[in-house]
Amino acid sequence: MSSPSFIQKTVLGFMRALSDALVSEKFAHRSGFLQSLDPRVRLTGALLLVVAAVACRKIQGVAVVFSLATLIALLSSLDLWSLAKRVWIPVLIFTGLIALPAIFTTPGAALWMSPALRTAISEQGTYSAAMLILRVETAATLTTTLVLCTPWTHILKALRWLFLPAEIVTMLTMTHRYAFLLMETAKQMFESRESRTVGVLSGPDRRRMVGQTAGVLFSKSMELSQDVYLAMVSRGFQGDVCLLQDFRLSWRDYAALFLFLAGGLVVAWIGR
Amino acid sequence: MHIPDGYLSPSTCASLYALSAAGWYSALRRTKRVFRTRTIPLISVFAAFSFVVMMFNIPLPGGTTGHALGVTVATIVLGPWASTLAISLALTIQALLFGDGGITTLGANCFNMAIVGSFVAYGVYRLVASGAQVSSKRRITAAGIAGYISINVCAFLTAIEFGIQPAFFHDASGAPLYAPYPLRVAIPAMMIGHLTLAGLAEAVISAGMVSYLLRSDSRLLLAPGAATWNLAADTGQSRTGWSRPLWWAVGLLLLLTPLGILAAGTAWGEWSAKDLANGGTRAQISAASRNHEPPAFIPSGLQKMASLWTAPFPGYAPGFIRSPFLGYLLSGMFAVGFLVMTSLIAISVGRKWRRREASS
Repeated sequence: MSSPSFIQKTVLGFMRALSDALVSEKFAHRSGFLQSLDPRVRLTGALLLVVAAVACRKIQGVAVVFSLATLIALLSSLDLWSLAKRVWIPVLIFTGLIALPAIFTTPGAALWMSPALRTAISEQGTYSAAMLILRVETAATLTTTLVLCTPWTHILKALRWLFLPAEIVTMLTMTHRYAFLLMETAKQMFESRESRTVGVLSGPDRRRMVGQTAGVLFSKSMELSQDVYLAMVSRGFQGDVCLLQDFRLSWRDYAALFLFLAGGLVVAWIGR
Repeated sequence: MHIPDGYLSPSTCASLYALSAAGWYSALRRTKRVFRTRTIPLISVFAAFSFVVMMFNIPLPGGTTGHALGVTVATIVLGPWASTLAISLALTIQALLFGDGGITTLGANCFNMAIVGSFVAYGVYRLVASGAQVSSKRRITAAGIAGYISINVCAFLTAIEFGIQPAFFHDASGAPLYAPYPLRVAIPAMMIGHLTLAGLAEAVISAGMVSYLLRSDSRLLLAPGAATWNLAADTGQSRTGWSRPLWWAVGLLLLLTPLGILAAGTAWGEWSAKDLANGGTRAQISAASRNHEPPAFIPSGLQKMASLWTAPFPGYAPGFIRSPFLGYLLSGMFAVGFLVMTSLIAISVGRKWRRREASS
């Protein structure tokens, strides 16, 4: 079987993004620890733990946050295989490849001498690579768990709690909505082009085709922005943004917020 | 180029968040002043467009494919400020929803790609397309070059951010705590991929889109940000004046130039042949270089090159003025005057050239 063309690759990318968004909706509506909390507490808690993991200077501290992140994910109806498939394996491959040469190139005490490569694996290099991989795995586990267990609209509304201006939150919400609309439009444009293509396009033709598709999508976007603007004006929009805030904090949320804060501080102390 | 969480130290992340916040604040203010009520739908939809364009697989020479950032097209059509906002929003959605880039490193990613990327693309496009007619093919070349250069500048900044980590953030045994490679490794590792593949992908999408717009709606290419000004005209807005605060800032800086006198000693690495021969200055150089003695003899190359050019105001102190305070001030005024005059001449020549091209 021949390798997929650039059109097929692009269409596959769009389909994967669209299906990922649907999977998030599925997890977000399950019952679990994170799902039971106010979205603002979920977001703040996840951010606190990510910052704690990044600020740790000892691997033990990062390992504690990683264990906490995995526990939170399991309590939030995510299974280990989902985490491994979505986070741990891709991060291990990507960051592992980046970190691998560091075990040879970082100067320090020799841990093991490779007779074939005639080079030594340094203790400092190994520690540094392990630290980098574990840190990235921890941060990615936390953010993926948050995104999978929280509807996107709730995450954006919760950002307002972190002093993000209402205009930015509105723009992010609209960007998210229209990104999916434009993604669907682009997917259809590529599919229709693929179905009309007979034979193999030359390199310059392929590049021209991508440029033209992007250009058509751009024209559609400009028209769309004008339509959206007129629709907003016709509904009384005068430039001021007012977001409805229907979240309410319960004692459970306050307790969870305290636990996240305490956990972050303890980890920062362990890894100082 | 999307830096994930964990590669940069908290202080690097915080510094770059602060720089980006300043950029976002200015961009939002300027964009709102121009677009008014149109800001939200226009920037949102354009951010969505940039997000989708980033997912395109672009065929490159050699049979491979790459992804573009779309920052150059955003800058050409919307101008650098609106592009800063649109690309930042697209990067935020990527980081939060798809895990492409980290949350703690979002400030760094937006600084590299949205802010610096937009302004480099803007500068290069303006430079290359300067004076070109709306229908001129030079605009396609300009967009391609702007795309290629801007993406490489972004990559270079990212490499620097990675490369400074091991020098500043390591534990007691010397093990790097964040990105483990020094500048000498990080820069070539980042730049090889961007000078070859990613730069080409950005050049292809930028040139391809501008080529399409030339045929379909060339009004958008009247000037970088032409769409911005067209829409502003619809809402009765005009371009905002920026020159007055700039002149005030230049004036203030000029008055502050004598502060330079307060700095004691010679700037490290700016030693003249005379400094290397002087016993007192040699001691200062040695102290500033961790007790490394400067060479006993003045290097012959340095001595030869030093006599090639004699500055009219050596050491910011014209010979005919006794007061160092006045000397500094006069040097500053001379330099500002020279730069302003050169810029005015260049602008006037550019205008004449454009007028001639328009009339022909």
